[in-house]
Amino acid sequence: MDFYLGVDIGSVSSNFVLMGSQGEIYKKVYLRTEGNPVRAISTGYSILKKDLTQNQQIKGVGTTGSGRLLAAVMLGADVVKNEITAHAVAASNLYPEVRTIIEIGGQDSKLILLKHGIVHDFAMNTVCAAGTGSFLDQQAARLGVPIEQFGDKALDSSGPVRIAGRCGVFAESDMIHKQQMGYPLEDIVMGSCEALARNYLNNVGKGKKIEEPLVFQGGVAANRGIRKAFEKILGMQVMVPEHHDVMGAIGAAYLAGEVIVHNRQITNFKGDDFVLQGKFSSVSRECNGCANMCEVVCIRRDGEALAYWGDRCKKWENSLQPSSRKTAGEILAI
Amino acid sequence: MKITFPHMGNMQIAIKALFKELKIETIPPPPVSQRTLELGVKYSPEFACLPLKVNVGNFIEALELGADTIIMAGGWGPCRFGYYAQIERDILNDLGFTFDMVILEAPESRITDLLNQLRLIGEKVSLWQMGKAVNFAWHKLKAVDYWEKCYERYLGPALDKQAVNDLYSRGLQQIDEADCKREVTRRLQKLETEIEQIPRHNKPVLNIGLVGEVYTILEPGTNYNIIRQLGELNVIISRSIYMSDWVNDHLLKGKLIKSNHQHIINCAEPYLNHWVGGHGQETIGYAVDFARQKYDGLIQIGPLTCMPEIVAQSILGKVSTEQGIPCMTMYFDEHSGSAGINTRLEAFIDMLNRKQCQQLMSEGGF
Repeated sequence: MDFYLGVDIGSVSSNFVLMGSQGEIYKKVYLRTEGNPVRAISTGYSILKKDLTQNQQIKGVGTTGSGRLLAAVMLGADVVKNEITAHAVAASNLYPEVRTIIEIGGQDSKLILLKHGIVHDFAMNTVCAAGTGSFLDQQAARLGVPIEQFGDKALDSSGPVRIAGRCGVFAESDMIHKQQMGYPLEDIVMGSCEALARNYLNNVGKGKKIEEPLVFQGGVAANRGIRKAFEKILGMQVMVPEHHDVMGAIGAAYLAGEVIVHNRQITNFKGDDFVLQGKFSSVSRECNGCANMCEVVCIRRDGEALAYWGDRCKKWENSLQPSSRKTAGEILAI
Repeated sequence: MKITFPHMGNMQIAIKALFKELKIETIPPPPVSQRTLELGVKYSPEFACLPLKVNVGNFIEALELGADTIIMAGGWGPCRFGYYAQIERDILNDLGFTFDMVILEAPESRITDLLNQLRLIGEKVSLWQMGKAVNFAWHKLKAVDYWEKCYERYLGPALDKQAVNDLYSRGLQQIDEADCKREVTRRLQKLETEIEQIPRHNKPVLNIGLVGEVYTILEPGTNYNIIRQLGELNVIISRSIYMSDWVNDHLLKGKLIKSNHQHIINCAEPYLNHWVGGHGQETIGYAVDFARQKYDGLIQIGPLTCMPEIVAQSILGKVSTEQGIPCMTMYFDEHSGSAGINTRLEAFIDMLNRKQCQQLMSEGGF
């Protein structure tokens, strides 16, 4: 049996899926990146790999997320795509009629509007992370509610309190104030869910026309409180797909399949030995070649440089031997 | 006297030429770097917009190199830019630097007023010499603009992006080093033939209009070199503003060349009928103009908290729907990770490409 591997390396979580050629999800892994994407990629891959037998092969690899270049270099990707496209592809394969996708991740939140299955318009949060998962994570920790139970706690609320969602810092002080006033915890939790939903619609939505069918995905979609808040504010039915937490990775796997089948191409996948045996490290240093002083990152495997990025003049990117050379531009052009 | 000035794209080429003709020594600030930004951020008010911070960084670095006179443009209207020079002077004075500051204000009536302002800087310079120097600098400015336009047009379709990038920097240096008008023109013609001959790919190429705040558009150091990034994603870029336009409209009140400014202002109707400071009205005007020319998309850029661009942004949505052109807005501030910018640009380009594909298919192109 053949599989396509989809990898989504985000700021907070790293997701991996093995997808069959009919789009069925064979296995998924959801890990916390914990600031170490190199480790997350090798751990994630080894967990995913564990139950595969000899005749089950990976036919294609797609990567997405902010760590997509890194994952592409470490695994050997056939397609490297931004999160918007990956999420849109995953959702429209699952729900061909979908018009709106709300995706809330660790540091990014996105709104994707589709027409006839392709992205028509999109928006991402610009400078503030108030409406994202990191904020919820932090508040859950502060309130002593495990993040997994945060949403269910919110559902217990009968009358949510009003929390200002304009800014993460203001929201937090609002929550502390409400706590000290003696409001029940579940009402404060639900209040913060509604604040996040409102903030998302103001900050990311910015008056864009949200139409049904509407899909809610990303790590935060696990939070039933947020889902309820969106349903209440929008007055629409909000669908949460079964694998909502790994939709980016699913999209990447679909795109990999598309490229491999369409171009009748053999995968660039580097294989188990390369990924699991080697010791990967990333080194960053300031280049003193000119006044730009770019922070250049080098990805190494057992001391051998695989890729460079971060240099504006591309001196380092181009310094690798042409055979093994993979510049960011080339990786993206796949 | 050693003159310095703030960076704004490749403006320095023309300024250097101007003062060289006037036999005045210039010390241009080092190119905008991380250090420039760090210095600027450290000594500027936190809520000021990015251009001010970059200016302050430029000045500190140039004063460190021994400059003693700063030339800065003035301004007017609701945009904070009009107050930049004064604020910058105070900041630098507080830091203990000693220097003179000359603020060039747009003349209310005649162009000779500006020439006189400039003449005060130099010593024993006749008005005629002054005119000659301005003429040469203006010629270089136009040459640089032309070369930038070539770069924006040929980078997207080029097969080997690095070759175009290298040729572009080499070309700028050649224009910079040319010492008379005829030499500038000769070199520019040669460069253009060279860039035309760079092999092209046969992938789809998109046309995108870049609109927004002038400094962010002109200075690659503040926009993460967005033009190069887009070119590498196979995009041909047209900017709403070039340096000669800015100098002509801002410093010379449109007196030097006949510009299309009035046409653009007319285009902004009925969406934005009033001047809102900065280039807010121009942003809308160009958006409509680009849409009518059937561009594939628009990107609006500006520094975070830029008031005129915020006004324009809130109107762009309507322009986008009614004129049928996809728009994306990006604000820039001190922010070292370029991942978010790459993702947004890539996603926008991807969206336009997929749209184009679908349109071709529905028209029976395949």
